[in-house]
Amino acid sequence: MKVDERVCNALVLFGMLALPLWALAQDEPFTITLVTRAVILALAAVGLNIVLGFGGMVSFGHAMFFGIGGYAMGILAYHAQTYMPLDLGLFTFEGTKSMPVIWLVAMVVSAMIALLVGLLSLRTSGVYFIMITLAFGQMFFYFAISWAAYGGEDGLSIYVRNDFPGLNTLVPIQFFGVCFAILCVVLFLVARLRASPFGLALNAARQSGVRVETMGLDPMRIKLVAFILSGAITGLAGALFADLNRFVSPSMFSWQLSGELIVLIIIGGVGRLMGPVIGACVFVALEHALGGLTDFWHIYLGVILLCIVLFARGGLIGLLTGKESAHV
Amino acid sequence: MSSILIIEQILNGLQFGVMLFLMAAGLTLIFGVMGLINLAHGSLYMVGAFATAAVAGATGSFLLGLIAAMVAAALAGAIIEMVVIRRLYKAPHLDQVLATFALILIFSEGTRWLFGSFPLFLDIPDVISGPVTLPGGIAYPIYRLTLIAVGLAVAIGLWLLIERTRIGIQIRAGENDREMIAALGVDISKLYTLVFALGAALAGLAGGLVGAIQSVQIGMGEPVLILAFVVIVIGGIGSVRGAFVGALLVGLTDTLGGVFLPEFFKLFMETGAAQKTGSAISSMSVYVLMGIVLIWRPTGLFGARS
Amino acid sequence: MSDAVLATQNLVKTFGALKATDDVSIDLRPGEIHAVIGPNGAGKSTLIQQICGGLKPDAGRVFLNGQDVSHHDTRARAQAGLGRTFQVSALCMEDTVLENAVLGAIGANRAVWRFWASALKTRELTDRAKAALERVGLSEHHQTRCGNLSHGERRQLEVGIALTLSPRAFIMDEPMAGLGAGGSKKLTELLDGMRAQAPILLVEHDMDAVFALADRISVLVYGKIIASGSIDDIKNSDVVREAYLGQEA
Repeated sequence: MKVDERVCNALVLFGMLALPLWALAQDEPFTITLVTRAVILALAAVGLNIVLGFGGMVSFGHAMFFGIGGYAMGILAYHAQTYMPLDLGLFTFEGTKSMPVIWLVAMVVSAMIALLVGLLSLRTSGVYFIMITLAFGQMFFYFAISWAAYGGEDGLSIYVRNDFPGLNTLVPIQFFGVCFAILCVVLFLVARLRASPFGLALNAARQSGVRVETMGLDPMRIKLVAFILSGAITGLAGALFADLNRFVSPSMFSWQLSGELIVLIIIGGVGRLMGPVIGACVFVALEHALGGLTDFWHIYLGVILLCIVLFARGGLIGLLTGKESAHV
Repeated sequence: MSSILIIEQILNGLQFGVMLFLMAAGLTLIFGVMGLINLAHGSLYMVGAFATAAVAGATGSFLLGLIAAMVAAALAGAIIEMVVIRRLYKAPHLDQVLATFALILIFSEGTRWLFGSFPLFLDIPDVISGPVTLPGGIAYPIYRLTLIAVGLAVAIGLWLLIERTRIGIQIRAGENDREMIAALGVDISKLYTLVFALGAALAGLAGGLVGAIQSVQIGMGEPVLILAFVVIVIGGIGSVRGAFVGALLVGLTDTLGGVFLPEFFKLFMETGAAQKTGSAISSMSVYVLMGIVLIWRPTGLFGARS
Repeated sequence: MSDAVLATQNLVKTFGALKATDDVSIDLRPGEIHAVIGPNGAGKSTLIQQICGGLKPDAGRVFLNGQDVSHHDTRARAQAGLGRTFQVSALCMEDTVLENAVLGAIGANRAVWRFWASALKTRELTDRAKAALERVGLSEHHQTRCGNLSHGERRQLEVGIALTLSPRAFIMDEPMAGLGAGGSKKLTELLDGMRAQAPILLVEHDMDAVFALADRISVLVYGKIIASGSIDDIKNSDVVREAYLGQEA
């Protein structure tokens, strides 16, 4: 049975919305939190997919942006909750508990770091790019561990979830609504991006840098902008993730997380708009189901992953729609 | 800051560097010859450490443990090469990353299942466990000196192997032109398995040796793996000489940065803050080094210019 | 020199002991097709690379419309009006023919920093792309994946994409390579009509095409231009005979 990709996409989003609503009716807040987790991981992977899927750059350090987003939330909320303003000389920084402000900061800081890391990493390509992004990710990991002012290895706990105007974010379904709405908006924007002249040029840069140059365009700059946008989205997801757990720690920067984000995209299908979303749902479901059955669930994840790489190259969407590549 | 401390730290840096070289040499050979990026190399390091702990624990012989480490890692390497890796040589890097990431998960959880989650500890044999007094009155652990000696011996051995033997010629030819050496009648798949097993054995040896000064535990391979990546990026992927220079640079930078940066910040900051700032910055020093090398030479110190 | 659209001045490029380009000065005047021929290994590809900005010459300069572009990279030279086709097709094989042509239109209109409107629904881009595809006879193939095109159609598309840039000068690296007789004839007719739009520097092995198209021919041997002139000049040149046929000729 071959399913149309758009139908498939709509079904997934509908399911993601329906499950928490059902859980609300059944009074099962844990399920709502679980789906919220999937939504946030999906958002992070949607960001990565711009670089990995559309631009063909295998970034193995995207946890760096996830962590930066997380720490942006952690630091802002920490200063607000302890009423200990940070004296920066020129001005005093009070911190904030407002989600929109936190999101903005998370995205801007992630974008700035992405600019710097991208400028350095994009001088290289192929395996070098993979290893360098991995190494930059580790750099942030170790920095977070040794940054004693914000909890060092232990991380930071934020006691009360941050505020969103008009909502009580501590109610799981309301926080879910916020995250789901953001995911939908970002998916819409990314869909436009993909079809735009920029998206077309990025896709061309993935296939043939020489071709793009011959058209008077600069493939490096195109890829750099993609890297920045990607970092900002993953950073935003990090801020939401920190708010979900009300906790940030260096583990948000870990290389395993970078790997898992890639895995999400592969499970769903590289370069497809909804690939990361489907991947995140499957991943969280597996984690929950297998994690309940056995302590060693990562072994099964490893085996499943091996099978996908060796036998199902188009990911789940590829299997369902019968098309191996997102572009054919 | 005495000169004794400085020399001691330089020795520590060297010791760390040569151990990184054992990891990086395999990685860079595997990439140079087969074009494969192998994340599971850290798992082979872990296999070596656990094999040493198990065999040394059972027989009481550390040396037997080390031999077991190399055999176990080489075997594990040969098996994954034949079952999984050889399907990936022509695959995109992304597939290689994923499949070897999957192998890490399988190795880690498999080891946890076999040995449990608690770290194991390895005893260093008495003969080499004490300190020795070096010229200049520096007391330094014999074991760490042994590590340096073993690392240097392996480096020389590898160099001889690659420059002076038939297999070495095949390896070097394999880096340049795969079709050609296949056409000349070299069994390329056997060569690949061999190179992979050799790289694995070196990683296993490093795991066993380092396991004696750290604890042997799940996940011990990945931090070393990532540093080994930094090493080969700095040295130039595919270059064993680059791996050697890169490993020493990284080992020294990491060790000396951790000691001297806090001291440096104490010059103009209060002690506590200097300690914190220094250790935070030093944890990033290796990556800063990598960044500088890349700005200067995007394909590493000894990498082929593209 | 002043009326030349494209000119190189004393280009030199050596690889070790090999002089791949040895003091090459060549120009391209409005409305002409200037063919560069020469045996394999004569340095034709190296010359093209230096003109297009992919290789840095050791010495010498490149002028486009009288402007010194020697220090421009490939991208800047394309923006200055250099339209290039590749010997081995460099197309985006996963994309459709129309998408490939629209990429050219994005370059020509400097439209790459638009993130919102769909590229394939932007008239100014698609009109330009479709017009170019019509010129090269690929109107029927808008939605065909490049990977599914025949070899000849890929060559046509290469030319079509170069057309979307409305360049001041075309550089074509063996456009006839690998084409059968029919395909060659079709492409020859197409190029014949293009010279009025912008002159073409044509590097080509297919001598039928060269004799059918060229207003001038330059012969490149061992990195040196050994002869330059009309078709008859070249046909009757002793130097050229010697280079191609050896001493006994």
